[in-house]
Amino acid sequence: MTNHWRDIRNSDLILINGANPAEAHPVGFQWFMRAKLERGAKMIHADPRFTRTSAVADMHLPIRTGTDAAYFGGLINHVLQNQKYHEEYVVNYTNASFLVKDGYGFTDGLFSGYDATKRSYDTSTWSYDADADGFAHRDLTLQDPRSVFQVMKAHYARYTPEMVSRITGIPADRFMQVADMVAEMGRPDRVMTIVYAVGLTHHTTGSQLIRAGSALQLLLGNIGRPGGGMNAERGHANIQGNTDNAISWEILPGYLKMPAPGQTGIADYVAQSASKKSDPHSWNFFGTNYGKFMVSLLKTWFGDHATADNQYAFANLPKPAKNSSWMSIYDNALQGKMKGVMLSGMTATSIGPDSNQVMKALGNLEWLVVMDPLPTTSSEFWRAPGVDSTSVKTEVFMLPTTHWIEKDGSFVNSGRWMQWKDQVLPPEGQSRHDHWIMADLLMRVRTLYQQQGGRFADPLMQLTMGYADPRKPTLDELAREVNGSDLATGKRLASFALLKDDGTTAAGNWIYVGSYPETGNLARRRMGVDDPKKNDPTGLGFYPNWAWSWPLNRRVLYNRASADLQGKPWDPARAGIQWNGSKWVGDVPDYPPTLSPTDPNAYLPFIMNGEGVGRLFSNSMADGPLPEHYEPVESPIANPLHPTVSASPVAFLYDKAAGRPNRFGTVKDYPYIATSYRLTEHEHYVTQHVPLLVGLQPEPFVELPVQLATQKGIRTGDKVRVSSMRGKLEVLALVTPRLQPLTVDGKTVYQVGIPIHWGFVGIPADNDPSKGANWLANALTPFVGDANARTPEFKAFLVNVERM
Amino acid sequence: MPTVSRRGFLKLGAAGTGAVALGGLGFDLVQARGVAQQLRIQGAREAHSVCPYCAVGCSLVAYTSRQPDGSVKLLQIEGDPDSPVNEGRLCPKGATAMQLATSARRVAQPLHRPAGATEWQPISWDSALDRIAANIKRSRDATFVTQDANGNTVNRCEGIAFAGGAAYSNEEGYIATKVMRALGVVHLEQQARV
Repeated sequence: MTNHWRDIRNSDLILINGANPAEAHPVGFQWFMRAKLERGAKMIHADPRFTRTSAVADMHLPIRTGTDAAYFGGLINHVLQNQKYHEEYVVNYTNASFLVKDGYGFTDGLFSGYDATKRSYDTSTWSYDADADGFAHRDLTLQDPRSVFQVMKAHYARYTPEMVSRITGIPADRFMQVADMVAEMGRPDRVMTIVYAVGLTHHTTGSQLIRAGSALQLLLGNIGRPGGGMNAERGHANIQGNTDNAISWEILPGYLKMPAPGQTGIADYVAQSASKKSDPHSWNFFGTNYGKFMVSLLKTWFGDHATADNQYAFANLPKPAKNSSWMSIYDNALQGKMKGVMLSGMTATSIGPDSNQVMKALGNLEWLVVMDPLPTTSSEFWRAPGVDSTSVKTEVFMLPTTHWIEKDGSFVNSGRWMQWKDQVLPPEGQSRHDHWIMADLLMRVRTLYQQQGGRFADPLMQLTMGYADPRKPTLDELAREVNGSDLATGKRLASFALLKDDGTTAAGNWIYVGSYPETGNLARRRMGVDDPKKNDPTGLGFYPNWAWSWPLNRRVLYNRASADLQGKPWDPARAGIQWNGSKWVGDVPDYPPTLSPTDPNAYLPFIMNGEGVGRLFSNSMADGPLPEHYEPVESPIANPLHPTVSASPVAFLYDKAAGRPNRFGTVKDYPYIATSYRLTEHEHYVTQHVPLLVGLQPEPFVELPVQLATQKGIRTGDKVRVSSMRGKLEVLALVTPRLQPLTVDGKTVYQVGIPIHWGFVGIPADNDPSKGANWLANALTPFVGDANARTPEFKAFLVNVERM
Repeated sequence: MPTVSRRGFLKLGAAGTGAVALGGLGFDLVQARGVAQQLRIQGAREAHSVCPYCAVGCSLVAYTSRQPDGSVKLLQIEGDPDSPVNEGRLCPKGATAMQLATSARRVAQPLHRPAGATEWQPISWDSALDRIAANIKRSRDATFVTQDANGNTVNRCEGIAFAGGAAYSNEEGYIATKVMRALGVVHLEQQARV
């Protein structure tokens, strides 16, 4: 989230797409309701299903899954055509005025630079027309046809209300009602928030769906403001923190890029990884300080072995050859290239996509380690219903680990609030902490290399393990290491501004510097709602002394953009920060605290990127500088905008690339659209072990539209088979008017809703005669990834439905 | 009838306020419920936690007591009324977090399933970790690339993947990254992708 949960209360209009907060984040949803009840905010829910969120929204727009880019594109078009954008913000705080290079174009669904054999783009034409210093030429009148503003206006002119309706299935008149409400949010005294969840990300166009919402928010001047922003509701307790700490193939802690082959040292790495200034008034803080953050990380990991002479042990870091993300793991296993997999608190089988293919991949490993407090569909995959265990040659370990409540440490919520928790209970029985297992394994591997030698052991031998007990580091020790310190004094640092690239500072994650300064662990702070007057001085719900928020305890990212060029808030009633004549006050400023906005050398408002302003047009995406609607890979229609380039031309087709047979179905055999979702009473798969929750939602089911069920003679409670090209699900039918047929491109289409929670492990499976055979929702989902993030298309695929 | 906000009510219970304060509510039902809660957590140790499920980040108050045999018993988990995130509220999952914390279905000890076996076999922690360490070394050595075809130093291990864990504490996630990158692992992933 750019903002945070409580801040949603400050909004005038809440757009919810690809999310169902009333059911999936019910306690966070109280802030939506308080916006509605206390300040008369309106709530618009665009979702394939009518849910409890829709029930309290001012309007529910039934939308075909995976078409949100067309919806946002239509809103962008409406705002641009009717001059409803926030002009001062758009001119000064976005790249609308930047001129795009000659050679950029978009024709028949393809941006310039497409290579059909590689299924990828050469993105060099998606850049700015720049001078010799790399500074973009700008036209502050926004009239130049090569300006981002005009390019964008032309691009979205195709997204008429009729086209939006034809693609999404939303009736044009209802779309227009929403468009008129959204258009009001470009006024400085109004602010809108967009809230989304995995209903936007789980598509082959996922990254662009989110960019589309962000672009709309920039046009309306709503990024950086209390009550505004682009807000992802994340689904797991510390999924945000684990992203920050880079359990992701392409990054190092603090969103530093992984080094790439060919880079030999810090200078190469920074030159190829960090953003460069494209305007003389841009600070480009991240890009400018990239080397300091990287050297401080290498000092943290390799200590005295990291020196100026050896490029701070840069050679110790792996340089991946190619995308190594989630599906690539199983793709490599199917190809016999992956030997061993460790799954800690994640079950590949249930998560999928294409669970049957994933189980085949697990069976093709030499070894598998599952670290979990409870059995999972991955720890048990070798004895799943129908599997001949003797034929599965994988050696499998199940290591019982501790629950969250048996250890301390912090969780970082969707709003970036880092909240420390106590250890409440001792570890149950023989279970061990994951971090102790990790440290112990490293020490044992070290011993083996000492005894036997082996391939390039330097990094694992040199890794700093200077904890009181190297096999049992405490989370407090690790929290201090993450915060970092001045190596000369040994004192912990209070800000990442103090990090250096000369080897005299260390920080395990630069964005967490200041979370645990010499004054103590700020994530433990508890000055909450027991005394709002004292603890919430602005009255906007920042609660600056409750826990800690990265970076630097800032509660709203990009908050310089909440005030005008003179530093006055766009809306005095909802000031993010403001200039009081000598300093910025309010939230922790996303700007130098005492730099006057009228200083001739004042920086542009978005200090982190090269432009210094928000990017309506971006050259950092793999599938286009502007979001475009592409059909899901499995879709019942050809794309009405460009039927010959219907789906994303750069979505990654794993099976095709590996030479495996095609596993995509067509509307002829699989005529219905399916989308997967989650229920209030379950969390992914672990709650299959919690009796009270199993009692509340005991059995797997699918939601079917009344009209479709009537055609098929299916009644609620009947057993149905839902099948895709990849697998089948055999569960109960729930026939409901919550899913309405849509008219899409002149055809009637039906959408089927599939909760994801069940499988062959857990209380329901134990109690079922079939033992949960054919209960895995992700047996149906396609093995294909978004071009940028390689996120699978869990939320839009084709199925057939039969009564059993 | 005097009204008591939910936050105020929880706060009265959570703070361990005595019967006098509860009596001051002057409302029998609330008083009775307050007293019942009070008895349940009497003499308990109060600790702060955060819900392990979604990423709203609801604060929890957990009550434990030490049993005569020295073990620690979890008595109750409830929403923390002071939190600006949840103000004491919990959803069905958070409200039943106690059943996740103390499940009879927990895996009791490390288990090993050799290739082709049809059942789990118990294994000691020491043997399990030794075997896994040996596997890691074997697979690492077999798939480690020090130089690519273009002569670039790349020092990567291509044949081991690690994925986890969205309910890690932040600091656990950090050391997972640190250890795996030191092994040269490039296939490092977590729930955010999926």
